[in-house]
Amino acid sequence: MTSLTSRLKGRSELGVALLLGAAGVLVLWDAAGLVTPYSKSDPVGPKTVPYIVAGLLIVCAVMLAINVMRGGQGEVEGGEDVDLSHPADWKTVLPLAGAFVANILLIDWTGWVISGTVLFWGSVWALGSRHYVRDGLISVALSLLTFYGFYLGLGISLPAGLLEGIL
Amino acid sequence: MDVFSSLMDGFATALTPMNFLYAVIGVVLGTAVGVLPGLGPAMTVALLLPVTQVLEPTSAFIMFAGIYYGGMYGGSTTSILLNTPGESSSVVTAIEGHKMAKAGRAAQALATAAIGSFVAGTIGTTLLAVCAPIVVKFAVSLGSPSYFAIMILALLAVTAVLGSSRLRGFASLGLGLAIGLVGMDSVTGQRRLTFGQPLLTDGLDIVVVAVAIFAVGEALWVAAHLRRTPANIIPVGQPWMRKQDWKRSWKPWLRGTVYGFPFGALPAGGAEIPTFLSYVTEKRLSKHPEEFGKGAIEGVAGPEAANNAAAAGTLTPLLAMGLPTNATAAVMLAAFTSYGIQPGPQLFESEGPLVWALIASLFIGNFLLLVINLPLAPLWAKLLQLPRPYLYAGILFFATLGAYSVNLQAFDLVILLALGALGFMMRRFGLPVLPLILGVILGPRVEGQLRKTLQLFGGDPSGLLSEPIAVGIYIIVAIILVWPLLLKLWRRSRPQAVPAGTAGPLPQDDQAQAGSDLRMAEADGGANDGSEMAEATGSTNQSVHARRRQEEP
Repeated sequence: MTSLTSRLKGRSELGVALLLGAAGVLVLWDAAGLVTPYSKSDPVGPKTVPYIVAGLLIVCAVMLAINVMRGGQGEVEGGEDVDLSHPADWKTVLPLAGAFVANILLIDWTGWVISGTVLFWGSVWALGSRHYVRDGLISVALSLLTFYGFYLGLGISLPAGLLEGIL
Repeated sequence: MDVFSSLMDGFATALTPMNFLYAVIGVVLGTAVGVLPGLGPAMTVALLLPVTQVLEPTSAFIMFAGIYYGGMYGGSTTSILLNTPGESSSVVTAIEGHKMAKAGRAAQALATAAIGSFVAGTIGTTLLAVCAPIVVKFAVSLGSPSYFAIMILALLAVTAVLGSSRLRGFASLGLGLAIGLVGMDSVTGQRRLTFGQPLLTDGLDIVVVAVAIFAVGEALWVAAHLRRTPANIIPVGQPWMRKQDWKRSWKPWLRGTVYGFPFGALPAGGAEIPTFLSYVTEKRLSKHPEEFGKGAIEGVAGPEAANNAAAAGTLTPLLAMGLPTNATAAVMLAAFTSYGIQPGPQLFESEGPLVWALIASLFIGNFLLLVINLPLAPLWAKLLQLPRPYLYAGILFFATLGAYSVNLQAFDLVILLALGALGFMMRRFGLPVLPLILGVILGPRVEGQLRKTLQLFGGDPSGLLSEPIAVGIYIIVAIILVWPLLLKLWRRSRPQAVPAGTAGPLPQDDQAQAGSDLRMAEADGGANDGSEMAEATGSTNQSVHARRRQEEP
């Protein structure tokens, strides 16, 4: 690893500290905005715990920043299918997130059967499968099965959307 | 209260055909998610929460218990056949288990793991049935200040004792507590952290949070680092053991149980510490110490038993006091609340039949697991060949479905993705997940308890210290928090006496010995699984550190 990449790596963890700090300030700001008259039945009030949490977050942010500047590093999580020898593969993650977002945008309009198909097919594609037809069939089958399974088995009607009346 | 007759009533409930069916579904599902990478029992229970709202609570909890125990069995299969422990608690099993599998003794390793899990699970569940009512008796005598102190202890101990970096643990806890704050304050009705968004008024649903952190975060994280070369799975036949194997296994099973149960029952126990202790003990007591590092059956039997006994132990504080100490227990606590059941010391009184049916179903599930794991091990191993694109796409698909079905609103999916990104970041930068989940679930309960307590004392903070037990617990909390600083100061003053990393309650040679075993294992792990083994070593080192912190106070 060159010194440049290791320096960049050190910096990226500062982002975590920044996020913690931002979360802390947000909690603090939100709690400060609460207006509550003192009440005998609730002496602690709704503000106390948010203040403590904000304090914890801000202290952690500062300490993490110091820790990272001194060369500290979080332990990257491994796993059964995780190969840490190559850097993060954004070409897989971004399309995967894209499939997820597509589902969010589609679900209320087209209904679960279509959006679920898009989600599964897109995810499988993003993860590297290239059996377009087989994947498509599996996606449709899964979406249909879950739609009817939820409707008949659990009484939960997922949105039918564009296919309203057909399903 | 007569434990035996209550338990028999529990069996009667758990053995009705419907409940038995849910027990079977639970253990099969649990084993499957334990075997499959990327899935765990905590996430599975969270995913099933909305689906099980139509069931009787008893049936749902019988299924959850099956998933919980099943996950333990399935995890050992993966670590033996693949050398990739899915959970930190099966790291130690992989050390000897995978060596055995490589030497053609996979069948014996799986058999001793399954039978040992059964023995330990059965003894552990018996201890649970005996101990829980005693703990309840103690817990109901506690006043509000003591109960608050115990909750604080559980929250801080899990954060500070487990994991490799306390700082990152506390950061994770802070994020969890902040997420738990979102929504309407239950006492005053004030909206906190909702940013004027009406959909946030009811707070973030625990299903959405848990599924996001466990499932979406995991799927995105694995996608970023997906192993393109398939892992090497060792083929396995029918598990069986020779007389010699039985002879060498039964004592480690029992000793593992003795380690596992109490550690599981402690507020910050977990299964990592007892499995490691059991490994070291077996190694020292073994008549075949030369086999350790090459596949000693004792090194599988002991830790696996410890692992399962700890799982039973964890349920003691959950059922007796409403205190979860691992992720699955935390999600089960959320499940109690979602059924309108108030967990806590009153649970045995108010929901006696449910609790005893749950405990009875643990015995039944344990037996079922033995039955489905011994003959079907080759079948379970086949699950590992599932193509990864389907596996992770499936996880995302069902995560979406589960989160969406809670409220049927697309807004929850936006939260799911945002928190999934948070889960991704936590994995990338080594923030442990458990403190966050406990923070989300326990945070609001702790706050409620604090406000209730101070209400009793008219807002005088000294009321928190009005009971001797509470004071004692705060002293323990203080020791846990301050201990590493003291250790550091002590080391600084005598730098030559204890080299960093080898201090501890164990004799130094033993620990160095275990370390060298792990290095050996790493060395002949081959190029392909070298990184996995390095991971295993790292996690085991973690548990060494964790154990040191745990025991010295």
